[in-house]
Amino acid sequence: MNAPIRPWTLIGTIDDIPAQGARCVKMGGMTIAVFRTADDRVFALEDKCPHKHGPLSQGIVHDGCVTCPLHNWVISLETGTAQGADEGRTETFPIRLEGRAIYLSLPR
Amino acid sequence: MTSKPERLVIVGNGMAPGRMLEHLFEAAPGAFEVTIFNAEPRVNYDRIMLSPVLSGEKNYDDIIIHGDDWYARHGVTLHRGQKVVAIDRATRTVTSEGGVTAEYDKLVIATGSNPFIIPVPGNMLPGVLAYRDLDDVDQMLAATRAGGRAVVIGGGLLGLEAAAGLKAQGMEVTVVHLMPTLMERQLDPAAGYLLQKALEDRGIEVRCGANTKAILGHDRVTGVELADGSVLDCSLVVMAVGIRPNVALAQAAGLEVGRGIVVDAGMRTSDPNIWSVGECAEVGGQVYGLVAPLYEMARVAAGHLAGPSDAAFRHSETPTKLKVTGINLYSVGDFAEGPDREEIVLRDARRGLYKRVILRDDRIIGAVLYGETDDGGWFNELMKKGEDISDMRDTLIFGQAHQGGGSFDPVAAVAALPDDAEICGCNGICKGQITGAIKDRGLTTLDEVRAHTKASASCGTCTGLVENLMAAVLGDAFAAGAVKPMCGCTTLPHGDVRRLIKAKELKTIPAVMQELEWSTSGGCAKCRPALNYYLLSDWPGEYVDDGQSRYINERVHANIQKDGTYSVVPRMWGGMTTADELRAIADVTDKYAIPAVKVTGGQRIDLLGVRKEDLPGVWEDLGKAGFVSGHAYSKGLRTVKTCVGSTWCRFGTQDSTGLGIKLEKFLWGSWTPAKVKFAVSGCPRNCAEATCKDVGVICVDSGYEIHFAGAAGLEIKGTAVLGHVKTEEEVIEVSAALMQMYREQGFYLERIYKWADRVGHDEVRRQVLHDVESRKRWFDRFVHSQKFAQVDPWSERVSGKDKHEFKPMFETVLEPAE
Ligand code: SRM
Ligand SMILES: Cc1cc2nc3c(=O)[nH]c(=O)nc-3n(C[C@H](O)[C@H](O)[C@H](O)COP(=O)(O)OP(=O)(O)OC[C@H]3O[C@@H](n4cnc5c(N)ncnc54)[C@H](O)[C@@H]3O)c2cc1C
Ligand code: SF4
Ligand code: FES
Repeated sequence: MNAPIRPWTLIGTIDDIPAQGARCVKMGGMTIAVFRTADDRVFALEDKCPHKHGPLSQGIVHDGCVTCPLHNWVISLETGTAQGADEGRTETFPIRLEGRAIYLSLPR
Repeated sequence: MTSKPERLVIVGNGMAPGRMLEHLFEAAPGAFEVTIFNAEPRVNYDRIMLSPVLSGEKNYDDIIIHGDDWYARHGVTLHRGQKVVAIDRATRTVTSEGGVTAEYDKLVIATGSNPFIIPVPGNMLPGVLAYRDLDDVDQMLAATRAGGRAVVIGGGLLGLEAAAGLKAQGMEVTVVHLMPTLMERQLDPAAGYLLQKALEDRGIEVRCGANTKAILGHDRVTGVELADGSVLDCSLVVMAVGIRPNVALAQAAGLEVGRGIVVDAGMRTSDPNIWSVGECAEVGGQVYGLVAPLYEMARVAAGHLAGPSDAAFRHSETPTKLKVTGINLYSVGDFAEGPDREEIVLRDARRGLYKRVILRDDRIIGAVLYGETDDGGWFNELMKKGEDISDMRDTLIFGQAHQGGGSFDPVAAVAALPDDAEICGCNGICKGQITGAIKDRGLTTLDEVRAHTKASASCGTCTGLVENLMAAVLGDAFAAGAVKPMCGCTTLPHGDVRRLIKAKELKTIPAVMQELEWSTSGGCAKCRPALNYYLLSDWPGEYVDDGQSRYINERVHANIQKDGTYSVVPRMWGGMTTADELRAIADVTDKYAIPAVKVTGGQRIDLLGVRKEDLPGVWEDLGKAGFVSGHAYSKGLRTVKTCVGSTWCRFGTQDSTGLGIKLEKFLWGSWTPAKVKFAVSGCPRNCAEATCKDVGVICVDSGYEIHFAGAAGLEIKGTAVLGHVKTEEEVIEVSAALMQMYREQGFYLERIYKWADRVGHDEVRRQVLHDVESRKRWFDRFVHSQKFAQVDPWSERVSGKDKHEFKPMFETVLEPAE
């Protein structure tokens, strides 16, 4: 069945995030980057580039991807995988938009 | 047999006999007891280097060839300031003006040359100098301290070096030259013209085809009158119209004399006990005025003095170079035109390049290079060897790098490399990896090759090589050299995009993408920052900055570090700070537990390792102490490096610190295509390293020499001279005009030197310096745009702008596990 294994948490509204931008959600030691695209889709990735752990939340968002601010790897927001010739993957988290409210399913 | 050392006497202590003695002491140590008479009261020094001494780049100590210890070590008696007035060949003695006499077994006459003084009224007035020895330089330097104008008569090598040196010391300088073009004996008219322009750009006035009629003045020089009746007011005249071999002494002694002292191929005069070397000697019917042949004479003479020798002087062509910093010219051999000659010419007006090679019977007989002279030595070699160049005729003018046996084809050259040849040094990528990726993945564009192999994706200097390699693999399918689109979202290159933004009055990023038919919806990380910049610079006050199209550093006004923390670099105007400022930095460091504080290479302080959430707090505290953002992260004005200047330094000519602060306060805040660094040095010693900055100012007595188009990062580029101005106001106006021209024309990430290369240095000079109207227009536009740009981004953020950037959106408090 499709029911989430983890509870959904309301983290804010889409207006808290600039279009083509990101904000962070802190969970103890972990940071999750929540992205908003130009067409108002939202994605959640661990804020850690598969290359050298650059903070993806600080990158430029474009085309459903984010370019890491440290060495320009391009990471897919949907799958968390590095694009082009680079190889690696960042963890993604289930996220859901209800109206303007954003719910994130946080890992325990 | 132990022989008593022979007595060797030398008249003249110049560069030729100095070299001769070095050879002699090596070949026959202890064989001679040497006595030298020198009319100059000093040891042997490098006369060639007088020009750098004059310009202030060197001092006398730097140019000494043989110091006192050298004479002591070799047991040489040096009579300083003792001009020899007579040689008695019967008694084999020489006698000096001061009455010192020496007997010789062998004598070497090395009296050099005398400068030619043109026979016009007033030529003996105080303030009229030749350019031959250190005394002349000392007198010129004394004159520069009084300032005013110098007239240099003679536009040859010496005259121009004197002019450049005097200019560097802050004098106004006019060169008066009889012939229609400068250095006509070494340069053809085209190169002479380029040289004249280059000198004029540094503020040296050049008058060719001008004949000196009289030197004016009563007890001191006050001016020069030309044949056309015009009068040049001046306080110094330097005569550098030529030299005459100094033969009077030899002539009086009854030696055979022609243009110089006549010697055989072994450098022996008509008296078998007497040799002659240097500019005073005439060998094979020729006299010489450059050191290379004189050193050859020295070698030959030393051979014969040391014992039986078959060494013989051979004529060779000596290249001429002008020792004026920043001007590159090279000429060698015969470059006159003639029916039996052919020439190959390369001109690049934009880069100010001119190259000409003169051929006869498929052999080089001369070469003139201006602007880029690296291949001079190679042309000279080919000429000396008399090599037949018909095989490389088509590529000869491009120089040695373009010869690959037969005709040069850069694509064939990379194709010929082995698979393990490294192409990209930054990323350690070999040829095989690139060709493999092209074939296996069907790559066709440079961007794809970069993405898949990283070759040329770092510093980019191997881009040409990678493109050639692609051409080798893909053949016609790869169109290198075609103008590159600014990114994968468009087919338009930067230049077209910039032009169309203005022409079509596009004022938002979406408008640009729509009207210019972007192939992606939202652009990419490459085009968006560029478009954001173009719009900001083209529509000041109208366009609203799009933070999301900015690289993180510029978005949050701090530099991201490898661990995701940030660095904070406040401005320290012109590198000045105060105890209060330092205290504020110390306090903020403690308060926010900032792990590292470093003095940067740009004369200010970097606080490293600041947590993003702490940035507004750090800025707030710094702001209270008067600090504003240093834009260490921006494509905009970074630092204005200064030296202490006339306020403190004993050499300072102007208030370089004060001017640097004024420039920084005037120019900060505006966005530019790439970062911009300034520096102001208080004198040509250039302690602020102004000549490797985007814009550098060198203060001189008479004002300010503005330099531009330097860099010292991925590429090291010395600046070019933009021109000379008299006041601080002009420096500021010209700098702002230059900034604005660059802001409106530069391509994103293109630093000033690249932009200036692209649009042409002369064009930049014309628009921001010489054409006063145009300068004013650029200046006014800059001032207008500054109204919107000079807002301290830190205080804006302290007052709440972009606060979402510095706070997490949501924080969970982890509960302890049960
Ligand atoms: C802090 C500093 C090094 C230091 O500890 O001294 C520094 C640090 C960085 N430099 Fe630099 N550069 C610093 C002076 C220089 C200088 C020296 C100078 O300015 O006199 C140069 C050579 C001069 C020049 O620019 O021509 C220099 C040439 C570069 C380059 C090469 C630029 C080029 O066009 O070739 C880069 C790379 C770039 O900009 O793309 C660079 C990039 C960087 C970056 C921004 C790397 C990055 O992208 O993160 C570093 C940021 C560190 C930080 O967070 O502060 N830095 N950098 C210096 C800051 C000066 C300041 O007060 O603002
Ligand atoms: C400013 C300047 C820049 C130059 N630049 C270059 C260059 O870039 N490249 C190049 O190849 N050449 C250059 N030259 C030329 C080069 O310096 C000379 O060719 C070279 O120094 C000549 O050497 P010499 O030994 O023949 O004579 P000098 O070096 O002139 O020495 C002659 C010495 O003899 C002394 N003397 C003369 N008569 C008597 C006497 N009766 N008794 C005792 N002593 C006497 C003189 O005082 C002098 O010290 C330059 C010259 C000058 C002045
Ligand atoms: S040279 Fe500049 S860019 Fe390189 S490590 Fe040092 S600070 Fe960083
Ligand atoms: S850490 Fe993201 S590209 Fe290197």
